[in-house]
Amino acid sequence: MRRWLVRRTLQAALTLLIALVLLFLLIHILPGDPLAREGEHALTPEQTEALRARYGLDRPLFGQLAAFLGGLAKGDLGVSIQYGRPVTELLLERLPATALLGGTVLLLNFVLGVWLGVRQAVRKDSREDRWITTLSLAGYATPSFWLGIVLAGFVGVRWRLLPPAGMRDPLGGGTVATAVDILRHLILPALTLSIVSIAGTMRYQRAALLEVLRLPYIVTARAKGLPESMVIWRHAWRNALFPVLTLFGLWLPILVSGSVFVESVFAWPGLGSLAIGAVGNRDYPLLVGAAVLVAAVVVLGTWLSDVAYAVLDPRVRTS
Amino acid sequence: MSTLREALGAVWRTPRGRAGMGFLAFLALLALLGPLALPEPFRQFDLEELANAAPSVDHPFGTDQLSRDVLSRVVSGARISLAVAALAVGLSVTLGAAVGLVAGYWGGVLDAVLMRLVDGALAVPRLFLLLLVLSVPDRVPLAALILLIGTTGWFATSRLVRAEVLRLREETFVRAAEALGASRRRVIFRHLLVNAAGPLLVAATLGVGDVILLEAGLSFLGLGVQPPTPSWGGMILDGRPVLEAAPWVSVFPGAAIILTVLATNLVGDALRDAFDPRGA
Repeated sequence: MRRWLVRRTLQAALTLLIALVLLFLLIHILPGDPLAREGEHALTPEQTEALRARYGLDRPLFGQLAAFLGGLAKGDLGVSIQYGRPVTELLLERLPATALLGGTVLLLNFVLGVWLGVRQAVRKDSREDRWITTLSLAGYATPSFWLGIVLAGFVGVRWRLLPPAGMRDPLGGGTVATAVDILRHLILPALTLSIVSIAGTMRYQRAALLEVLRLPYIVTARAKGLPESMVIWRHAWRNALFPVLTLFGLWLPILVSGSVFVESVFAWPGLGSLAIGAVGNRDYPLLVGAAVLVAAVVVLGTWLSDVAYAVLDPRVRTS
Repeated sequence: MSTLREALGAVWRTPRGRAGMGFLAFLALLALLGPLALPEPFRQFDLEELANAAPSVDHPFGTDQLSRDVLSRVVSGARISLAVAALAVGLSVTLGAAVGLVAGYWGGVLDAVLMRLVDGALAVPRLFLLLLVLSVPDRVPLAALILLIGTTGWFATSRLVRAEVLRLREETFVRAAEALGASRRRVIFRHLLVNAAGPLLVAATLGVGDVILLEAGLSFLGLGVQPPTPSWGGMILDGRPVLEAAPWVSVFPGAAIILTVLATNLVGDALRDAFDPRGA
């Protein structure tokens, strides 16, 4: 197990390193100079100079790459053009909001997705099974930004049931009041993101459970006369859970991309809205920083998935 | 499932596959013949009509803030969305198949290097790659947009094709062909590629849905298809400020996206079941 873990960790580190180098190359082969811009986005000569010095744009490509990676190793992602503050600081400030939103969506998807997926597998090919599949696919086909503006517009603005934007009421209150307030702000963005992403968990749970229900020990359990709910939840589901659980790291790219739109539509103060703001203001260092962080999160998620699987299923680590 | 025809026939025989195929055929026809099918060929501006007019007989989907007919724009948006998706997915599938074939067939160091690069590229979500690239220029021409969406979408496909090639290379018929002295080109194109076509077709179909959503999202952010060219994402952006007063401006293009992507996913699912009945 230890050797497997070391190898898998080195592999993850290599993947991240390659991702960073590719990002670096992408920035440098882009046609046009990201620093050259006109109108309201124009940089002062001092800013241009500072950025050139920061990225060592006068040095050869390899030297620039070394500077980029060296800065990264020290947690230095440069200074945001828009805010004039270190990118790392800005990203860390916005991380908790995104983590709260993403965590809530993961939890929602897990609880609802597992429940619906099991229902479907148990009633395979029934009308209910088909409808749930079609509805979840419709959710998957829905643009998150569209669902977001429609929910914010109707539930938030027209019917005034829930706050349509932001994360908390600026007037504030006690600890409990603030927590309730954040929760109320969280409902619409979390619901939006969950509706468009739950199909994956559900379908995976359905397929995993169907796979297990075919096995002889389930026949035995039924032959023993166990109640069906016991067969499903105690015997079958426990073995059909691991694949679903370990797949969570793999949903991260989808969640991260989805949260970009959802956060920007609901003005949720997380990484996604920060990235969109960076696009609008041509804040290149900030955008690159966000991409670096996202790549790190994705690699970490995949690593966690694999490790969780190996812990739960010893066959993986011996092969 | 040996031929494309049989697979498509199998899709047609499932209710959901038929619904998806039917809708896509209808949409393609509408996109091609839209100008003829609409009562007044692409009357985009109606100067006699008020802006943001509610749906009526003259304008079944209403008008937007520039008094343009929303139905006409949804139909011309369909042309753009479908064209972008088809071309971009065609490009990704070609690139993915090429890289996957090379990596799987030649193996060794080349394979290891290519797959490490693909792993690294997969670590940065496609949306972020595109945000990085698209935020540099002031305006992105449509052709460049297609090129960029296509070149950022082949990584997963190459992994899929590589896995298929590795599996197929061990099959008896490929070994027999090699033993009989079939040329490398013949083995690659007649045996490996043809037999990997099923999973590739499934991935391409599902990829079309993903690209439609991606292009709509980019256009919604103002980074994709540029106005005045109508696009579904751009129309939703236009309709956002008037969502309460004139919900039809953004609701209809949103519905068009949902139905189109749902249709491609239904077809993709049915295709997958046709090629691999175990998962059904």
